[in-house]
Amino acid sequence: MLPIIFVLPLIQLIILSNASTFDVKNIKFGYVDHDHTSTSSALIEKFNASTYFNVLTDFGSEKVASQAMLNGEVDVVLEIPSYFERDLQKEKRTNLGVTINAIDGAAAGLESVYVTQIVQSFHKNLLVDLMQASDSPKIEAVNIMTIPSFWFNKTLNYKTFMVPGILVLLVTMITLFLSGMNIVREKEIGTLEQINVTPIKKSQFIIGKLFPFWIIGLGLLTVGLIIAKLIFNVPIVGSLPLMYLYTSIYILVILGIGLFISNFTDTQQQAMFIAWFFTVIFILMSGLFTPIQSMPKWAQIVTEFNPIKYFVQVMRMVMLKGSGFTDILPQLLKTLLFALVMNGLAVWSYKKTN
Amino acid sequence: MENNNVIKVAGLTKMFGDFTAVNAITFDVKKGEIFGFLGANGAGKTTAMKMLIGISTPTSGKATVAGFDVNTQPEQIKKTIGYMSQKFALYDDLTVRENITFFGGIYGLSREKIKSKAAILIDELGLENVANKLVGSLPLGWKQKLSFSVSLIHDPKIVFLDEPTGGVDPITRRQFWELIYKASHQGTTVFVTTHYMDEAEYCDRVSIMVNGKIEALDTPKKLKERFKVDNMNDVFLKLARG
Repeated sequence: MLPIIFVLPLIQLIILSNASTFDVKNIKFGYVDHDHTSTSSALIEKFNASTYFNVLTDFGSEKVASQAMLNGEVDVVLEIPSYFERDLQKEKRTNLGVTINAIDGAAAGLESVYVTQIVQSFHKNLLVDLMQASDSPKIEAVNIMTIPSFWFNKTLNYKTFMVPGILVLLVTMITLFLSGMNIVREKEIGTLEQINVTPIKKSQFIIGKLFPFWIIGLGLLTVGLIIAKLIFNVPIVGSLPLMYLYTSIYILVILGIGLFISNFTDTQQQAMFIAWFFTVIFILMSGLFTPIQSMPKWAQIVTEFNPIKYFVQVMRMVMLKGSGFTDILPQLLKTLLFALVMNGLAVWSYKKTN
Repeated sequence: MENNNVIKVAGLTKMFGDFTAVNAITFDVKKGEIFGFLGANGAGKTTAMKMLIGISTPTSGKATVAGFDVNTQPEQIKKTIGYMSQKFALYDDLTVRENITFFGGIYGLSREKIKSKAAILIDELGLENVANKLVGSLPLGWKQKLSFSVSLIHDPKIVFLDEPTGGVDPITRRQFWELIYKASHQGTTVFVTTHYMDEAEYCDRVSIMVNGKIEALDTPKKLKERFKVDNMNDVFLKLARG
């Protein structure tokens, strides 16, 4: 069992960290060129040079292009109007049509930004018109240059951003499932009854249950951090002891939840189901994959009670920003409060006498 | 005489919803005796026993075990009793020695005491060769004997055995009863439930439970005389069939 507990999550860490990227790459790009001039070819060439777009073909007509989009053969279609070159030279401005498959809204948003950037770098006065197939608002031509300056993760490396988060997720899942199965398993095999007829104190029993999983959780964190450093080269800017201090309290919260579930269920299946329910909610509402700021108000309030949210924040703050003790104090205190409440509930819900 | 009763039960009742599992049972168990608690499956033996060992709260009625009230002092009771359930309940994934050490520790025995107890216990049960093997790998009969010995590790005043010989062979059952007699000679009161009517003959007194009530309580000899039969099996059949 112990090798399974350590090996599987680490494989997940390696696989998921590579897979969960928000970069939109290999966009299938098609175009309809009504102009056929050197300027329009140069514009297409600009897309060809970009690493984000795979330029497919000239569709010849809008009809062919929209059929291709319906079939999912193309993600973005650029339409270059007739007299594109002439208008651009004479009137200093012209319009381009862009159709984006917006089934995946987030990807479509990024794609429209990429297209706009490429077009504007080609010629500042080009106006990109988004066509009906996309729900995105029209992008106005702007003559303002933005010079992004990205802090803490200068190369916008998603692995740097995701690895700490995924590590959090794995530590959480493993400790929650192990503790959630634990007491209920003893109920099933009958050893719990034997324990219940001994004079052991409830708190002693719960501490005895917490301790091994607490060690396992911290062990997982350690191996995970080593992998983050060695394989993903994630910078660990902040203090390691601080990370361990926070994690040691955090794991207590999760174990408390697990033992609480275990006390309330009669079979491992029930415990598994409930643990799964909470894991999914906690993970998807943790800000790990989607920013909490974009959630509706009520969901944001719910996330206040999500321990994973704080763990993700703290890990990213300490690992990537090098935040100190006072920076993470709010998260630390909230987590400590959760730990006290959940373990209090775990002790309370463990009943030696029915 | 009154002080000689280590278990006193008066009108003890347990209901699960509308179903009365144990219906106002009343009896006493004397110090040092082997008390057989008989009944068919579902008669309420285990439920009654669970109330006496403090893991189930009675719906009504009173009982004291070793002088402690089951309603208000279950934790004190647990210090003075041993319990062996019908399900094998030691840890399969610990070794024989680890199980002994673990339960010794829970009962608050000192390290030296646990060590000497473990040595005696392993020697008595002839488990020297498997002392460091996982309990899960032992045959059921050995497990049951080990389980019984572990329930006696803290020298309890009373030991509760819930169908201790279920599923074991006649030779092991015989050996098991020798262990029970030994504990009894050393002054431990034994409260045992069983299905085997030949085992009932070994008890000092037996009670027979039918549908949540105690229908008969006496020495095996007197019960046989009363029902005019020559073995406990027939006593049981007469009572259980009504």
